[in-house]
Amino acid sequence: MAADWGAVRASGDLEPLADVDHSNGQAALVVEHLTKRFGDRVAFDDVSFEVGYGEVFGFLGPNGAGKTTTVRTLGTLIAPTSGSATVAGIQLSEANGPAIRSRISIMPESPGLYLRLTVTENLRCFAGLYELDDIPGRIERALRAVHLLDRASDPCGSLSKGLRQRVALARALLNDPAVLFLDEPTSGLDPVAAHDVHELIVSLRERGVTIFLTTHRLEEAERLCHRVAILNTTLRLLGRPDELRERLFNRTLEVRLRGSLADPGQVFGGLPGVDGWEGSGSGGYEVAVSDPEVAAPSVARALVGAGADILSLAESRHSLEDIYLQLIDEDVEATRR
Amino acid sequence: MSFSWTRVKAIFVKEINDYRRNRFVMVFTMTLLPLILIAAPTAQLLAAPAVAASSQLDARVGVSLLYLLLVPAIVPSMVAAYSVIGERDQGTLEPILITPIRREEFLVGKALAVLVPTLVVAYTIFGVFLAIAALFAHPDMRSAIFAGSHIPVQVAFTPLLAGWSIWVGIAMSARSSDVRVAQQLSVLANLPPVAIVALIGFNVIPPSTGLALGLAGVLLALDVLGWRAVAAMFDRERLITGARGWRAPATGAALRVRGRRRSESGPER
Repeated sequence: MAADWGAVRASGDLEPLADVDHSNGQAALVVEHLTKRFGDRVAFDDVSFEVGYGEVFGFLGPNGAGKTTTVRTLGTLIAPTSGSATVAGIQLSEANGPAIRSRISIMPESPGLYLRLTVTENLRCFAGLYELDDIPGRIERALRAVHLLDRASDPCGSLSKGLRQRVALARALLNDPAVLFLDEPTSGLDPVAAHDVHELIVSLRERGVTIFLTTHRLEEAERLCHRVAILNTTLRLLGRPDELRERLFNRTLEVRLRGSLADPGQVFGGLPGVDGWEGSGSGGYEVAVSDPEVAAPSVARALVGAGADILSLAESRHSLEDIYLQLIDEDVEATRR
Repeated sequence: MSFSWTRVKAIFVKEINDYRRNRFVMVFTMTLLPLILIAAPTAQLLAAPAVAASSQLDARVGVSLLYLLLVPAIVPSMVAAYSVIGERDQGTLEPILITPIRREEFLVGKALAVLVPTLVVAYTIFGVFLAIAALFAHPDMRSAIFAGSHIPVQVAFTPLLAGWSIWVGIAMSARSSDVRVAQQLSVLANLPPVAIVALIGFNVIPPSTGLALGLAGVLLALDVLGWRAVAAMFDRERLITGARGWRAPATGAALRVRGRRRSESGPER
């Protein structure tokens, strides 16, 4: 995708969507103690975070966690119950709604296209709503960005779900948003279409577009996002995926041997950097370590010295999914209590 | 940001393009329904007896023109009642509301997109009716139609009735949770002005210039106020989630708005 942007730039006759620095030294999003309730039901509670310009920020959570409501609130579609926020440098309020909405874009989970209208007619309508200049040029660049230039005259009703999602993304790019909210952009897409959308997001990330991505697809967040926040009504965690791993899980080495050790304590005990161990099946051990780079060589030497046949020895990598499931499990446990 | 006619135009053009490709709107609402409504007045016109008292002719003309006024009263309400709830049902409302468009702009764009085709259809049908009258009607009937104040009244009341019908339809659409309910309610809400015109047509209320001007003035006032009233009823949060949102005027500073809700139910997420 990056190559495609490069190709657009290199062609000379077409400018890419403007790489505008919207920063002015501020964060793109500043959210402070934001809360939304519907009657007695809490959609999200006391949520605070900041998103920098050019950052891809993943907003994770299970269904009903409050992700979409958060996006709608920051997009001025919904009034917060309490708290404050600054969106693209503008204080969140009803009076500032049009100004905020002119500087951001939201791609909802459902593309929401006019199916009887062509792709171009759909985009022309939205370009008019943003009062953009050079509408044909902007539409062409947006469609080029999502590789749909050849379908510009097709009715949206004739497009597949994946292509409709691309049209929605082109629509969201029309106004060159300071912050682009993508609400579950790959929801319901097959793996190929989802991969296409991922590639598009990567290309936007490389251009420095600020993206707020809500998803419950963890591999998506891990692959695309600089930082992630996990929301389950309240904000449970916030940080880079690798930071979150370290914060939540002990670092471990996974050892697989041809047979079990007669006395694991004698082998692992006292090794530098090793904090503990436990068996995980026949010939398998999880060795808790403080620093895998220090511990791994000494563990290997000790195992060889003990006459063990090593099948594998590697640092275990906890995925974002592990982190997510751990947090959700904790919430379920807390609810039961 | 001030009121933008560019955004109004964007909505208007989109709506017209959508109608053009919507078979139900084009075939039933804009063609069959007006044809049905012109059949009865044409029959009235052509079936008039050769020798009839002047008062009978006037009554026949009144009834005929009443049928024609049903076009601006009924046709736009059917279409307008779809305008907001229909967008919500097909998932296109949220993308529109995410843009900088103000509710007043959205509503004016929607209203104009219903008003313009309605006026085209209503005046075309009226023109056809007048042509049939000029060519085929009995001379006494013809003079009763062309000599009186029927034509200017018809020309003036068509947009006024259409305006009322449109705002009522949009209001129902903005507050209903179902397209059919919105359409049925808006047709019902259009009955009072039609009933008044009917009473005038049947001479139950004696027609006079003063009455016509008064009624036109009331309709004009309702049309102008309708825009503001419907805009006040248009609540983005309610339309998206079913709960009421920003109600108080914005204070500008850090926001601490407490939304008053009509129901306890919230959105899916």
